[in-house]
Amino acid sequence: MRRDIIGSVVAIVVLTLGFGLVYPLVMTGVAQGIFPNAADGSKVERDGKVVGSSLIGQDFRKPVLDKNGKPKVDADGKPVLEADPNWFQSRPSQSDYSANVTFFSNLGPNQKALADQAKANLDAYLALEHPYTPTLTAAGVPVDAVTTSASGVDPHISIDNARIQANRIAAVRKAPLARVLVLIRQHTDGRALGVLGEPGVNVLELNLALDKEFPLR
Amino acid sequence: MTWQGWLQILIYVAVLTALTPLLGGYMARVYMGRRVVVERALGPVERLFYRAVRTNPSREQNWKQYGTTVLVFSALFWLALYAILRLQGSLPFNPLRFGAAPWNVTFNTTSSFITNTNWQYYGGETTMSQLAQMAGLAVQNFVSAAVGMAVLAAVIRGFARRDTDRLGNFWVDLTRTLLYILLPLSIIGTLVLVSQGVVQTLTSSVDFTGLHGFAQSLALGPVASQIAIKQLGTNGGGFFNVNSAFPFENATQFSNFVEMLFILLIPAAATYQYGKMIGRQRQGWALYVAMLVMFAIGIGNAYFQETRATPALTAAGVHATVGHGSSLGNLQDKEQRFGIANTALWATATTDASNGSVNGSHEAFTGFGGLTPLTNLMTGEVIFGGVGSGLYGMLMLVVLTVFLGGLMVGRTPEYLGKKIQAREVKIVAIGTLYMPVVVLIAAALAIATPAGKKSIFDPGPQGFSETIYAYTSQVNNNGSAFAGYTGFVQPNAPGNKGAMGVTFADLLGGGAMLIGRFIPLLAALAVAGSLARKRPAPAGPGTFRTDSPIFLVLLIGVALVVAALSFLPALALGPIVQGLTHQLF
Repeated sequence: MRRDIIGSVVAIVVLTLGFGLVYPLVMTGVAQGIFPNAADGSKVERDGKVVGSSLIGQDFRKPVLDKNGKPKVDADGKPVLEADPNWFQSRPSQSDYSANVTFFSNLGPNQKALADQAKANLDAYLALEHPYTPTLTAAGVPVDAVTTSASGVDPHISIDNARIQANRIAAVRKAPLARVLVLIRQHTDGRALGVLGEPGVNVLELNLALDKEFPLR
Repeated sequence: MTWQGWLQILIYVAVLTALTPLLGGYMARVYMGRRVVVERALGPVERLFYRAVRTNPSREQNWKQYGTTVLVFSALFWLALYAILRLQGSLPFNPLRFGAAPWNVTFNTTSSFITNTNWQYYGGETTMSQLAQMAGLAVQNFVSAAVGMAVLAAVIRGFARRDTDRLGNFWVDLTRTLLYILLPLSIIGTLVLVSQGVVQTLTSSVDFTGLHGFAQSLALGPVASQIAIKQLGTNGGGFFNVNSAFPFENATQFSNFVEMLFILLIPAAATYQYGKMIGRQRQGWALYVAMLVMFAIGIGNAYFQETRATPALTAAGVHATVGHGSSLGNLQDKEQRFGIANTALWATATTDASNGSVNGSHEAFTGFGGLTPLTNLMTGEVIFGGVGSGLYGMLMLVVLTVFLGGLMVGRTPEYLGKKIQAREVKIVAIGTLYMPVVVLIAAALAIATPAGKKSIFDPGPQGFSETIYAYTSQVNNNGSAFAGYTGFVQPNAPGNKGAMGVTFADLLGGGAMLIGRFIPLLAALAVAGSLARKRPAPAGPGTFRTDSPIFLVLLIGVALVVAALSFLPALALGPIVQGLTHQLF
């Protein structure tokens, strides 16, 4: 017993130093040396300034204005937001696209709160896209467009979702639809090795490319 | 369901099966004291460590001594981890100046990481300093995993040896596990993950204005080095609150595959290691097949159910199953890049193994889909199971099955030629039946008392599912959750200011994890200690073969029947009711 205690105390100190400091610090050094950009968060720059991470989804909504042109706020004093038609929209987020305070929505399959939220998302999507895609009905709205993701910052939307939004983007940005579809294809991350995972369109990268080619006046 | 989805699941199984003999053979060499490749570099470190902890590596321990060392080591490490977590506010590597979490949450967290559970009531990026993550929690990812694997090695020796009471030297098994198995695999894993975009830096956050004018703040840290071992060691405790759903913890479809593979890699390889160490490879493969069959049932159900819509989505008018692509179905709280198949696969693997990491929310699963993770937990984490603990748990079930088989044919039960007698069967009964008893009592307390109900998030039967999941997960040292269930209330401001633990849930869960770790661990060592003394009899024509299909059917039956008898009423009140109704709550 006494031997066990002495041995354990020494082991605790040695293992904490070895696996708690030496290992992560050496790995940090090596990772920074070999994959500097990836290790630092895959940051994306525009005009020399960081505007995001290609792995982290962003908010492309805008404040809703009231009659007097002031931003509307909800009961908690937070500004009310709606999709900005000038941009491709990310998936809805339960965390307002926070990349430093993350949580799941944790709404179960039979929760009324989930039904209400999904209904609101569906109505908003139809209201936004229907004018540009007149054939669109609830049956044509992709499921990723109306459900919140797990991370709250899902960088991707489905290809179907992007193609529907393309009609709106082409109209409001006065861009040829064919060109917008090409941009979508260019910013689609396919399955890894051709088989793993699901393809998705990277919204931030797509919007960056879009804004470069067809800037807002 | 799509063929692409099934193809990915098949590839996963194929790669896992191919790696099992490779890694398993290597692990057997490590525990049989043979020289392994890495020893050339790390041999001096190994020998230095033995001198530091004052052990003679050639002196072996009997089961009581081995168990005592494990308990003393774990208890003292518990105190050390508790101290680090409580003192993080005054320690270095704390760039966001987090204060400590309250005592009750810290009790839960400490117990959670010492027991290889990694149940998390806290959100990593809003609670823990980088020092607490690296030198506190991630150390336990290595150490608690290595403790389980060391104990497994000792238990296997008990099955393999004869006429002795010696099972091995804990310090030797611990050290060789850490240096020759976990460290090399973690280094490879870290580099693969970073190459995909999982971050590894000492910077804690980057603030900027996003493309559309919204401020965003990226939480960063030494993530990849922690995530590699978190997956390998069936720990599961994420750096971030949403675990491997967060892109900085699981960046791409490829990193997702690697992380999923790491969940089952070591537990699967342990079956081959077992076959090699007892000198009967077929016995090892037999256990692998039994585990794989139960795994297949789980993924089949989870994938099928998650491609369907939930009552809530249907009520909202969402057509979840119409359209192109293979991410159709219940995509709520799931990531586009993983889709349905990979989220269902992850959920199955992580609850088969006692890993508990997630790449989507289990709470948002359909009623019947949620049955897969929950029933996986309820089989006692033996479908591959935790590193070490999974196979020694399975070996206990094997002994039980042999005993039942012996009763049926009216012969003295034998396993590997050794007689299974009253003492072993008694210990095994305690080591397997304690689990449903503790789970059901804890869940009953939590659902029936006002103090327990404070932790529930969703109203209706989902709240019951949250509760039963929480205690099943903690007793079985898994760590995944229906994550609405809470034991820690954090106000908006990060940094633990004004944060409060829910004492009832924290202490009940913490206690449950400690019981769930050490009772089966000691039971397995005790059985091994008693088997090591026995002399195997040669197999005769009447011997009940334990590598035959009929035995596997019996073994799987025992695992499922024990779980079903214990938990069916509880399941009926939660997920089954939800799966059958379209009512909203």
